[in-house]
Amino acid sequence: MNPDMRVTIAGVEFKNPVVTASGTFGFGREYGEFYDLSELGGICVKGLTPLPRLGNATPRVAETPSGMLNAVGLQNPGVDAFIANELPNLRKFDTRVIANISGGTVAEYGEMCEKLSAAGVDMIELNVSCPNVKAGGLHFGTSTESVSSVVREAKMRSTVPIIVKLSPNVTSIADIARACEDSGADALSLINTILGMRIDTRTRRPVLANNVGGLSGPAIFPVAVRMVWQTRCAVRIPIIGMGGIATGDNAVEMLLAGANMVAVGTASFVDPLAPLKVRDGIEKYLRQNEIGSVSELCGGVLLN
Amino acid sequence: MQQVLCRVVRRAQLADDVVALAFESAELARTARAGQFIGVKCGENLLRRPISICDVTGDELTIVFALKGAGTQFLAERKVGDVLDVLGTLGNGFDIPEGEILVVGGGIGSPPLLSAAKTAQTESVNDVATSRVTAILGFRSKPNVILAREFATVCREVYITTDDGTFGRHGTVAAPLEELLSARKFAAVLACGPRPMLRAVAEVAERHGVTCQVSLEERMACGVGACLVCVCATRKDGEIANRRVCRDGPVLDSREVIL
Repeated sequence: MNPDMRVTIAGVEFKNPVVTASGTFGFGREYGEFYDLSELGGICVKGLTPLPRLGNATPRVAETPSGMLNAVGLQNPGVDAFIANELPNLRKFDTRVIANISGGTVAEYGEMCEKLSAAGVDMIELNVSCPNVKAGGLHFGTSTESVSSVVREAKMRSTVPIIVKLSPNVTSIADIARACEDSGADALSLINTILGMRIDTRTRRPVLANNVGGLSGPAIFPVAVRMVWQTRCAVRIPIIGMGGIATGDNAVEMLLAGANMVAVGTASFVDPLAPLKVRDGIEKYLRQNEIGSVSELCGGVLLN
Repeated sequence: MQQVLCRVVRRAQLADDVVALAFESAELARTARAGQFIGVKCGENLLRRPISICDVTGDELTIVFALKGAGTQFLAERKVGDVLDVLGTLGNGFDIPEGEILVVGGGIGSPPLLSAAKTAQTESVNDVATSRVTAILGFRSKPNVILAREFATVCREVYITTDDGTFGRHGTVAAPLEELLSARKFAAVLACGPRPMLRAVAEVAERHGVTCQVSLEERMACGVGACLVCVCATRKDGEIANRRVCRDGPVLDSREVIL
């Protein structure tokens, strides 16, 4: 018998536990040339802001051992252009659409939540953890007070469930996670990228035009597993685990650490079919281990 | 766009730090256009390396690359029979109009122009003397000169310059470019090379009222247009916008790109 791959996060059912991570998948058009997007559990779109943003200067990327740094700086067409030009296309596919948003103020998060939930996205992910912009990013996600105010505003103005994307660049992710849960967040996603830096020894200049950027890829996977586990110990709400997942086995590890669902990001750059291979890998693990449903894996780690 | 495993069929050292690899892929050969590129997985290095297509003959594609780091070092060590993991073909490619074409290459920017020259030449004639393509290739010094013979087989004239005067004409591509555009009517200038060269070429072409297509290089991650790391600033109708070098480029109209 085929294992049940469905997961339900805050009342929203996903056909399988694999979504794409924000910022690695655009609005789906490019990877949609490689496979049918309806194969995915969901698509979390490129981070949106109230107005269009050009982002940072280039170079915006630097390779690192088993990873990469990026400092795109939230380049996006703005929430209105997304609703007008991209959402209708995404809606043609039988998959969940999660809108990722970054505001410069608490009110901006609220306004975007109102527009996007009215436009018909399935969930909204609050980016309070972008390391690459001065406003509307990391500073909201690194203190319990500010993250709470953003979450409360979003919950008040959104009619769809709210996910908070957490930064690993904090002292205690459990404290932030609890503050989100206490403020009414429906789910958490983690981890965003880890702040990093590379320097060209020949020129003595940072490789990235932005000097610093966010580290992603297999290099951050163990950090992500640890933080998902710590967060699972701290809260009851669902967790979308991400950070360096490249294989089905990675995904199973993340689920065992306490995630209910996983997101695949950087791995798509290496292999466009990575999200589907991760999905198939999870299913194979369930079959081999005679587990009836993927939801049985959540938090199944047997601690020493 | 597709991901294909391809067998290396030839390897050649073109200069101390420049290698040519030919590999077989009927699928990629079918879709390849002059000016497009591929994303090659380079062993344990995470990101694919974007490398322009230098030539397509039958089912064989040839790439020519300079050794810049760990990724290209891995590629340079490939042997005949090894398998490459290739994503392609990527980007838009050159738009080759009717009429005389002038290709201008700088250093390791020259390879994609060979493909453009061949495409334009097969579209017109089979006799080099009456080819509608003329090439100007600039290099740092004599040991860096690559593909001179290959360009000579498809171009009516090939002008080579070196910065130090050890081969061809002393100086940059700008002087022969100025002379050629003053002497004859060209339908388009196609250029690929370092940014300062592209700026100079675009300036001369625009002054002579000739359209100039520039092929840009930028650090990439996905190579397909999803991640937005490889953008370049463009200006259209007074509006500044970012375009993706991997997807909207790598070839762009010089009047739009802010070089």
